[in-house]
Parts: sequence; structure tokens; C-alpha cells
Amino acid sequence: MIEIKNITKTYNTGEMDFQALKGVSFTIKEGEFVAIMGPSGSGKSTLMNIVGALDTPSSGQYLLDGKDVSSLSESELAKIRKEKIGFVFQSFNLLKRTTVIRNVALPLLYTGMPKDQRLVRAKEALASSGFEEDHYYHLSNQLSGGQMQRVAIARALVNNPSLILADEPTGNLDTKTGEKVLETFTRLNDKGHTIVLITHEYDVAMHANRIITIRDGLIEKDENIKH
Amino acid sequence: MNWIDLFEEIYWSLSANKVRSFLTILGIVIGIGSVIAMVAIGQGAKDNIQASIQSVGSNLIIITPGAQRGVGSQISSGRGSAQTLTQADADAIKSSVAFIQSIAPELSRRYQVTSRGKNTNTQIIGTVPEYPDVRKVEVTDGSFITSKHLSSNDKVAVIGPQARDDLFGIDAMAVGQSIRINNIEFKIIGVTKAKGGSGFSNPDSNIFIPITTAQRYLAGDTYVSTISVEAQDQESMAAVQQDITNLLLQRHKISNPQAPDFSVLNQADIVASASSITNTFTILLASIAGISLLVGGIGIMNMMLTTVTERTREIGLRKAIGADRKDISSQFLLEAITLTFSGGVFGIILGWILSLVVAKFAGINTQISLSSVLLAFGVSALIGVIFGYYPASRAAKLNPIDALRYE
Ligand SMILES: Nc1ncnc2c1ncn2[C@@H]1O[C@H](COP(=O)(O)OP(=O)(O)OP(=O)(O)O)[C@@H](O)[C@H]1O
Ligand SMILES: [Mg+2]
Repeated sequence: MIEIKNITKTYNTGEMDFQALKGVSFTIKEGEFVAIMGPSGSGKSTLMNIVGALDTPSSGQYLLDGKDVSSLSESELAKIRKEKIGFVFQSFNLLKRTTVIRNVALPLLYTGMPKDQRLVRAKEALASSGFEEDHYYHLSNQLSGGQMQRVAIARALVNNPSLILADEPTGNLDTKTGEKVLETFTRLNDKGHTIVLITHEYDVAMHANRIITIRDGLIEKDENIKH
Repeated sequence: MNWIDLFEEIYWSLSANKVRSFLTILGIVIGIGSVIAMVAIGQGAKDNIQASIQSVGSNLIIITPGAQRGVGSQISSGRGSAQTLTQADADAIKSSVAFIQSIAPELSRRYQVTSRGKNTNTQIIGTVPEYPDVRKVEVTDGSFITSKHLSSNDKVAVIGPQARDDLFGIDAMAVGQSIRINNIEFKIIGVTKAKGGSGFSNPDSNIFIPITTAQRYLAGDTYVSTISVEAQDQESMAAVQQDITNLLLQRHKISNPQAPDFSVLNQADIVASASSITNTFTILLASIAGISLLVGGIGIMNMMLTTVTERTREIGLRKAIGADRKDISSQFLLEAITLTFSGGVFGIILGWILSLVVAKFAGINTQISLSSVLLAFGVSALIGVIFGYYPASRAAKLNPIDALRYE
């Protein structure tokens, strides 16, 4: 369960401080499928990084499964990222000059799983993100934007995390592949995984059962969707 | 991460960045290789010079006229420019100083030498039968001067191979032929073995005649220009040197031992002064090598720092997907160690090959010293580890988002 209480985030940009989040509060229960919407620069990615334990808020409280994240040590945070969270970056962040399969299996390297098992899991994750099988051994920097996006999604799924955070996972995909990826998220959600995704498209957001709209670092709307 | 995963990760990381890995290793190879080669050459040159000094004779004490003016100037100052040593001095040393193996006074001067049309200007050494023992001269053809030649002032000569080549043609038969020294005819009775050397003081150009003949027919007096003394062993050198000094001071009636009219030079002094020259030489080479090590080090540093941006992002990503600081540090430290270690091994091989090549083409007996290997290896390992590991460990301290955003 994610409990965000009055979180702010201020970036220090040389002369001026910029407040990207101005006091955001919400709770996401286990098993929810939440879409976060909002105009560019409204603070969606900033919020997502905090929820993903990649960044720390300037003030406010973040409880993940009851634990105060800001009080955790660095290696406890690493452990949470490794075991609980799958993160799809808006800019993919793949390892350069490295094969697709190694990129996807990378998170498992730090879990101590044997190598053959890691490869099996990586292939499963690639299949469920709809990645072409004959490209598994291509280098990451030789892929199209959409292919990179699916590799990034597969990498987020590979450790079977209970919480999947995706920053515009369908932004670079055509409608058909996008649909396939969203089906994967829906299927994972049905299996009990909590999913939070950021999107600009209302069609995509409609796959979720709750939409949180952010504007200028504040929550503008928080609505449930009946399917 | 277990060890196999760690090594596999390093393997992938290094082979995904072949140029970077290669240039880093190259920097280390050049640095280590040049230090090892330079020090080996310096050491070899030093041994070479010492060996050629030893070949002049062992346990040798050289007495020359004129006051001592330091080792270097003594050698270059004209012998016989001061005429203070006499045949009687040599005889007195021989009869009253203990622990002397043999003693060879000589009277040397340059004269014009001619033979059937050819002529040369060379060093004529009037000396005694003991000279070959004391100064390590060997006779290949014929024989050296005997005491009989000495007592009857015979006009006989033993010539060096270079003098023979100059006067009779290369490798010509010289024994039995005649030469004219200062227009006096001498019969050749022997040829000495080549020692090597060149220029003004080439020992192979020397011509030896009986000292009595030299004094009587060439110089016209009984002064000597050098007395070479061979002590019985290394231990008696100091005592012999002291006794000779005391005896000559007394014979020359000099009361102030600080102002003698002769100098007694120990071979060890010559070795010491030559060593100090070769030490300077070795230091020079070592500094050049040190500079190459530094340049190599800067190369490594440059490689490591230019990739910091990319590596920082990589570290950010690895942290974002669950690596903790220990995983990151062990990977990057081991990576730096792998690079410097393989560079070090190739560097040692390169240094070794270089010194072999120099040994072959320059005729220097190069010697690879363990300390230079250790020093070079240590320095480059330190550079590699510091500049490979330090940026990585700094990046590992950033939070993942800051590392991913690093410019
Ligand atoms: N590292 C940073 N330093 C300074 N300012 C930042 C930083 N990251 C984000 N910002 C600013 O914070 C604001 C929110 O950025 P954020 O990336 O959260 O927007 P976003 O809602 O994800 O936009 P988009 O839809 O374009 O991805 C922006 O105005 C941005 O300029
Ligand atoms: Mg964003």
C-alpha cells in the first residue's frame, strides 16, 4: 500500500528554487490500477520517482507497506527496489552496447538467481511485453524507440514486482503494440500486482480503474472509473 | 552477486567498451614497459662501465707525478708534466712496501713512429716484464719484454694490434719487422691482444719498449711517468696505498702530507667516480621513464574521466533496479584491477622485450630489476585503481535519479 502525505519536491536550479510538487497526498491500495495524467511539466515523473524510491521528497511522508521510506537506509532502499518495484523509465535507460536479453535480465543479477533461470525469466518478460523473439540478442542501441520501450517494460516485469511503475509506457508505441502492452498490465493487475502508469492519452488512462490528474504540482482530480 | 556473475559482468562491460579498455591498458603498458626497460638499460650500462674498469687490472694502485687534483682531472692532466717520480722511487717501493704482488713503473710519451713509409703518432710505453700482469695485457704473437732486454737496453718493441694495423696493414705479420721510434730503429718481438676502445687513449695503439731503453735513448733521464702497483688482495689495498704515500713523502722530503708532489690513486676511487657518473645516467633514464609512467597515468586518468558521464548513468540505472553500493563498488573496483593487472603483465613483457632488443643492438648487458618491476606495477595499479574506482564510488553515493540525470 502506498500512502503519500503532503509531499513536496523542490529542485535547486542555480539561482532559483523550483517547486515541482507542492503538497500531494493520496493512498493507493494493493491491487489498484492507477493512471496519472496531467500536462507536461506538471510533476508526474517527479512524483513517480519518489513513489519508486529512486528520489526523496523535500518534505512530507511516504509510507510503503507501512514503512516510512525516508527513514530507510540506502541498502534497504535498494532491497525494496529490487524486490518490490518494477520501474519503466520515460527515457528507457537501457545499458548501451548490451544485448536485449542482458538488459532485461539485469535486475535479476542482484537477486542471486542462477544464470539459466535468469535467462528463462527474461525471455518470459520479453514475450509478455510483446518483444520480437528474433531480436533478443540485438544490441540495445540498435533498436527502434518502440522496441526500446518494450525492453524497458520487460525489464520492469522481470523480477515479478508487486508494484509496477510505468512512466508513459505506450508513448512510443503504435496503437496495436500499445494495446498489447496495456493488456499485459491489465493481466498483471488481475493477478494482484499494483500498477501506476503515467500517460497523456485518455484512451490509455481508461484501462485503469482510477485516474489521478496533476496540474502544477498539485492534485487536480482523483476519480474512480467504473468499467 | 557471486564471483562468477561478477566476473561475467566485468567481461561484458569491458568488451562492450573495447576502445576504452584498450586505451586504458595501453597507457599502463607503455608506462610500465618504459620504466622497466629504462632501468634495465641504465643498470646494464653501469655494469658495463664497471666491468671495463675492472679489466684494466685488479687491486690496482696507480702512482702519478703531480699533486692530486681529484679523480677526473688526474686522468686528463698530462702525465709527466711534472717530473717528480723516478726509477729509484719505484725500486724503493718494490723493496720496502709489503703486500705487493707486482710493480710496473712506466715512462710514457707520444712519439712519431714510422715503418717503411707509413707513420703514426702514438703512445710509447717504456716498462718492465711485470706490466702485463699488473695491467692485464696479453700477448698473442711473440713474447713480451724480458728482464734480459731490460738489463742490456735492447731496442725491442711489443706493439698493439691497432698500431700494427696502422704501420703494417690490417692483420699483417709484424713480429720480426722493424719500426723507427723517434728515428731509432726497434725490432718487434710481440703483438698484444686487442682490448677494445678508441680515440686518443686507445690501448690497442700502445707500443711497449723496455723502460731502460726509453730512459736512455728516448727521454735521456730516469724519471718515470706512472708506477702501477698490484696489491696482493683487496684487503691490503688501503695499507699498501698508505705505505707508498708515507714512503714517497719521506723520499721526496715533504713534511706536509696535504701537499704531496705525487698522487696515489686506488682503483676503487676510479670505480667510485665512474659509478657516480653511471648513477647519474641511471637517474636520468629513470626520470624519463617516470615521465612516461606519468603520461601513461594521465592517459588512464583521461580515459576514466571522459567515461564518467556514461558510467555514472550506468551506475544510476544499476542502483535503480536494485544494486546496492557494495555491488557497484565491487564491480568497478574489480574492473579497474583487471585492467591494470592485464596492462601490467603486458607492460612487463614489453619492458623485457625492449631491454632484450637494446641488449642485442647496443651491446649493453641489460638487467631487469625486481624493484623497477614492482615500482612500475605499483604506480600504475594505483593510478588505475584510483581513477577507475574513485569516480565510480562517488557515483555510487548519488541517489539513482541524480546519477541517471548526470551530465
Ligand atoms: N532535476 C531537475 N532539476 C530541476 N528541475 C527539474 C528537474 N526535474 C524536473 N524538473 C522540473 O520539474 C517540473 C516537473 O518535471 P517532471 O519531469 O516531473 O514533469 P512531467 O510531468 O513528468 O512532464 P512530462 O509529461 O513532459 O514528462 C518541470 O518543470 C521540470 O522542469
Ligand atoms: Mg515525465
